[in-house]
Amino acid sequence: MSDIGSLKVKTGLAEMLKGGVIMDVTTPEQAIIAEEAGACAVMALERVPSDIRAEGGVARMADPTIIQSIMAVVSIPVMAKARIGHFVEARILEALGADYIDESEVLTPADETYHINKHDFKVPFVCGCRNLGEALRRIGEGAAMIRTKGEPGTGNVVEAVRHMRTVMSEIRALTLMPKEELMTAAKNMGAPYDLVLYIAEHGKLPVVNFAAGGIATPADAALMMHLGVDGIFVGSGIFKSGDPKARAKAIVLATTHYKDAKILAEISKDLGQPMTGIEISTLTDSQRMQERGW
Amino acid sequence: MKKRVGVLALQGAFREHRQVLEHLGCDVIEVRKTSDLEGIHGLIIPGGESTTIGKLLQIDELGEKIKELGSQDLPIFGTCAGMILLSKTIIDSDQYSLNLMDTVVERNAFGRQVASFETDLLVPAMGPNTIRAVFIRAPYLREVAPNVGILAVYDGKTVFARQGNLLACAFHPELTPDLRVHQYFLDMIDEH
Repeated sequence: MSDIGSLKVKTGLAEMLKGGVIMDVTTPEQAIIAEEAGACAVMALERVPSDIRAEGGVARMADPTIIQSIMAVVSIPVMAKARIGHFVEARILEALGADYIDESEVLTPADETYHINKHDFKVPFVCGCRNLGEALRRIGEGAAMIRTKGEPGTGNVVEAVRHMRTVMSEIRALTLMPKEELMTAAKNMGAPYDLVLYIAEHGKLPVVNFAAGGIATPADAALMMHLGVDGIFVGSGIFKSGDPKARAKAIVLATTHYKDAKILAEISKDLGQPMTGIEISTLTDSQRMQERGW
Repeated sequence: MKKRVGVLALQGAFREHRQVLEHLGCDVIEVRKTSDLEGIHGLIIPGGESTTIGKLLQIDELGEKIKELGSQDLPIFGTCAGMILLSKTIIDSDQYSLNLMDTVVERNAFGRQVASFETDLLVPAMGPNTIRAVFIRAPYLREVAPNVGILAVYDGKTVFARQGNLLACAFHPELTPDLRVHQYFLDMIDEH
């Protein structure tokens, strides 16, 4: 018998995105540029994170017209963001036919206690994490894909690096623990015990993990690939730069050829101005999007 | 002698194919540039985004080299995006193709991700037991030339076919533990 929207097909789409770059776009024109550059998916948004940061106010799910107009012009998967805990926005995105939902800290959270029960949906979800416990809580709730949170809209890769290094070192630690220590580890990191056992046995997450939050250059993308992510989200980094077409293409190439420094040197040339970055220490606590979600 | 099988590793689920092939005792080469193609006995083009892989294939004529090897009888197996890339005609698209199989392929033929599914698929060439087939934004072959053999049909749609040294399926045998589809491809390599 046939099974639509099974966990296998939800995690499976993420497997197909691996080694690729998912780009934030706000218009059909940007979506076409992204597809032409070789993006493996696009994230349809009303504003990119750096604009959300600059303009302030409540950031919500995009207008369905924007999402549909983008779905109409590209053949690659189209993702869209729902606010943390806002299961009605998620239902709307599912009804629109979005291919993946990002329950995202870039938008203003709708619920300060609970994330969406993602098992309830046929559409797959991706969620952000800063550490292994957070990743496993989201997977426990049904996320079919994980990404580091980084610090969105800053063009500063340091937080994405911190989060990825944290996840990887926590995974390594679990693989070395004797079994009697794993329940306490699960308690301490606030993670489901069965998923802690899975990590201890397999030494990897049960779903695909991408990098997000601050990637602005081909070298940033390659760095994150070296740290062990499966692929790259680029938010503001492309369409807030001087030459989006060239930069988008270069980041795609860097993600595939991340081990080849000669190729990286070649594709890093003449890309124009990268987006203006923000030093993380200048952000107040309330400006740090990564603190949203729990 | 151990078979040396390449897996195109530009984008997509190449790691899973690698694991299955290693499990079946092959030496696996991840193919990212033309020099990686030297000495391989067969090549798998994995699932992923066919437009992305197509763009990356055009760099340094990697695609042209694969096309040349495919037309010189190198066994090539494409899954999902790989099926699209092997087909000579891609409906409603001017994207890059390796132009090897006499087939007309339709992308996202079962709908968007919310319509993705898994099912039990009968593949007579692989025995009476069905294969658990995972279809993700999958294509199908709308038309095949008389020289293309149809291996499996789902809901009236051709989802698995072979043309001489070329094999293509719309689903993802690398995501399920059943090894029969990969074994079939390795048997094709032995025949050549």
